[in-house]
Amino acid sequence: MLELFNLENFSALNLARFQFAFTVAFHFIFPSFSIGLASFLAVLEGLWLLTGRDVFIRLFKYWIKIFAVVFAMGVVSGIVMAYQFGTNWSRFSDIAGPVIGPLMAYEVLTAFFLEAGFLGVMLFGLDRVGRKLHFTATALVAIGTCISATWILSVNSWMHTPAGFTTDPVSGQYLPEDWLAIIFNPSFPYRLLHTVTAAYLTTALVVGGVGAWHLLKRRRDNEAVRMMFSMSMWMLAIVAPIQIVLGDFHGLNTLEHQPQKVMAMEGHYESYPEGAPLIIAGLVNSEERRIDYAIEIPKLSSLILKHDLDAPLDGLDTIPDDEEPPVAIVFYSFRIMVFLGTLMALLGLFSLLQRKRGTLYDSRMLHYSALSMAPMGFVAVIAGWITTEVGRQPYTIYGQLLTADSASPLDAAAVGASLIAFIVIYFTVFGAGVFYIMRLMSRPPAIDESASASRDPIRSAGITPGNAMGDDITESPSDGTARRGNGHDLLPGANT
Amino acid sequence: MSSADPTLLTLVWGGIILFAVYAYVVMDGFDLGLGLLFLAYPERADRDVLMNSVAPVWDGNETWLVLGGGGLFAAFPLAYAILMPALYAPIIAMLLGLVFRGVAFEYRWRTNRGRWVWDAAFIGGSFVATFAQGIVLGAIVQGVKVDGREYAGGWFDWLTPFSLLTGVAVVVGYVLLGCTWLIMKTDGAIQERARKLGSVFGLATLASIGAVSLATPFVNSDYWDRWFVFPNALFSFVVPTIIVFIAVLMFRSLKVHHHEYRPFVLTLVLFALCFVGLAISLFPNIVPPSISMQAAAAPPSSQIFMLVGVAITMPLIIGYTAYAYWIFRGKIDPEHGYH
Repeated sequence: MLELFNLENFSALNLARFQFAFTVAFHFIFPSFSIGLASFLAVLEGLWLLTGRDVFIRLFKYWIKIFAVVFAMGVVSGIVMAYQFGTNWSRFSDIAGPVIGPLMAYEVLTAFFLEAGFLGVMLFGLDRVGRKLHFTATALVAIGTCISATWILSVNSWMHTPAGFTTDPVSGQYLPEDWLAIIFNPSFPYRLLHTVTAAYLTTALVVGGVGAWHLLKRRRDNEAVRMMFSMSMWMLAIVAPIQIVLGDFHGLNTLEHQPQKVMAMEGHYESYPEGAPLIIAGLVNSEERRIDYAIEIPKLSSLILKHDLDAPLDGLDTIPDDEEPPVAIVFYSFRIMVFLGTLMALLGLFSLLQRKRGTLYDSRMLHYSALSMAPMGFVAVIAGWITTEVGRQPYTIYGQLLTADSASPLDAAAVGASLIAFIVIYFTVFGAGVFYIMRLMSRPPAIDESASASRDPIRSAGITPGNAMGDDITESPSDGTARRGNGHDLLPGANT
Repeated sequence: MSSADPTLLTLVWGGIILFAVYAYVVMDGFDLGLGLLFLAYPERADRDVLMNSVAPVWDGNETWLVLGGGGLFAAFPLAYAILMPALYAPIIAMLLGLVFRGVAFEYRWRTNRGRWVWDAAFIGGSFVATFAQGIVLGAIVQGVKVDGREYAGGWFDWLTPFSLLTGVAVVVGYVLLGCTWLIMKTDGAIQERARKLGSVFGLATLASIGAVSLATPFVNSDYWDRWFVFPNALFSFVVPTIIVFIAVLMFRSLKVHHHEYRPFVLTLVLFALCFVGLAISLFPNIVPPSISMQAAAAPPSSQIFMLVGVAITMPLIIGYTAYAYWIFRGKIDPEHGYH
């Protein structure tokens, strides 16, 4: 690891790579939450319209305040991305612009405007438009987040499995030939399903964690708390196993199109002519090109990837050194993702078990598990993202354009200065946002939950017993002994 | 680089980008202007009203900036690839300013103790983003050094007296937009103050337009030829004359009590005229002095593919954006803001 800190690593190229990785990873956190949350809100409001049950609108109003903050952070960190391509990767932008530029323009036209146009109605319009119209706005925002994911994952997939273009011999630009082949490039359907599902899982884990927190605080009598915990555990139990299957398909697709990425993921430095082992854990020794202390199951990798115990699998020894991705990063980040995905499925299973026994709201073991898993969706998403992006190296556009040939003609000092600005500002600004979100979450849904009033202390004073402001919150998340006196869960009507 | 005449498709795309940038400038212009006007409204309740007047629409307004940047990337990738590194510092500054300004919309309502922090972030972020946008405008107009398909200048080429002048011009222009927006969306004391400030910043805007217009022919002789050589010269007197005429109408309107929408609409017209002037100066280039629109244009297959999308979605976008504005029409009631 020490070689990371060599001075030559602080080249403009590496700084630009780190800057992009940093800004995109930070940005990715917000949509992976807001995609799921927008759909969750649409489901809650839809259920409210269908059943008329109060609990759904209370949950809707509770989560929409959190959504507003998450969405704002997603918007501002996303605008940065729209310009990072040009500022730091201008050669890439010039060459690939004719192909991926239009896809991103479609994202703006079909998704961003839709989300932004109806977000105002969704956040502030409940008293201004009818219920059905308001639900339409919520649904359109949710659909917008999915359309956005579709386009940007098409772009990203094209960078992994480019198709449908030729190269201009004079300018070197990629010229689009077949737009359907570009959009529906080979890895796109798998990546789309895997990523959107990951967003739903991430959201389910957060919602479940918040529900578990309040159950641990002995707010079992609060119907909204029970409902959010139950809904999220259903989601987890059903979707986590599906995600494992989707991930498997995505991996098989990667094996077909980007074999060296899978070799790095598997830690297969060598070829295995008679069935490759599955390395569950180990230490990557990049000097000696082997995995030390490997815990492995013989032939299982061949079974998973080729559906045959004895199928031969090529290793990185068949790949030229200058086309090999950084093995250690890919190997570890892949294992983090898979490990967390397995834990998610186990948590879902655990919840089914407790549900069957009728102790879903009483098992503190389950609640502690759900609480500790709350942030793990984000970790898994980032780990998966690192696996696929680092696994594509040394290319930005796989097999076509090297990362080294993609960067802007920038001074290291310029990139370094802006990188420091991004790091400092992102951590403070988004750190504050996370703090405000956690404060909102630490308060249980109230009987008279208000979508907006508690955001304004002037009016909330007389309406909401304890508002969302931390300054006058009556319980501290850390003291462990919730003062039930703040009223929300004891109000009549909560015990349904 | 060849300076071939633009094809019809390229012209259409130039028009679309110009429209997107104009839509961004006027719509986020009044949002950012309100951020600057926070300084003129130190009272908490007034600031609540200011922010509430744009809270439901600011996100949509800012989307035009993504369309401007994304559209440039898609329709004129070479221009995007040259301009972004050339304008590196002001673009990054603008983005970071927008980060502070954007989150302030939400964070400000989440804390009592820390409100002053997010008020400051709202003001500071708005100022940095606005000033940076003005500098970007000036830096493009004064020209960018290009070698082959790459930016070939230094890291502070954008910083000149001219770009600082355009920076100031955009700041005062956005404040004027903010004032006329407030006249439309508020009443009472807030509106009164906005009218007074509107006159001051109207004058400042007019002076800035004059100063930038007078300086432009001197930063590059191309502009001199475009504006002062026959037959364009005839036209050159038309645009400034209309600008002055519109400005006079606006000053009178600011004093008329029942004129609540007119000052804002006239400000939009004023900005539109500035865009016409800008287009005359730049055409047929997109990165002056050497890259023409045609040289930077994406291939026809990209242009056509996107044009289909624009033709279908743009009427819808304009429709539902107008609808969102209509839902939140009328004066902001200080007692029942949206937040």
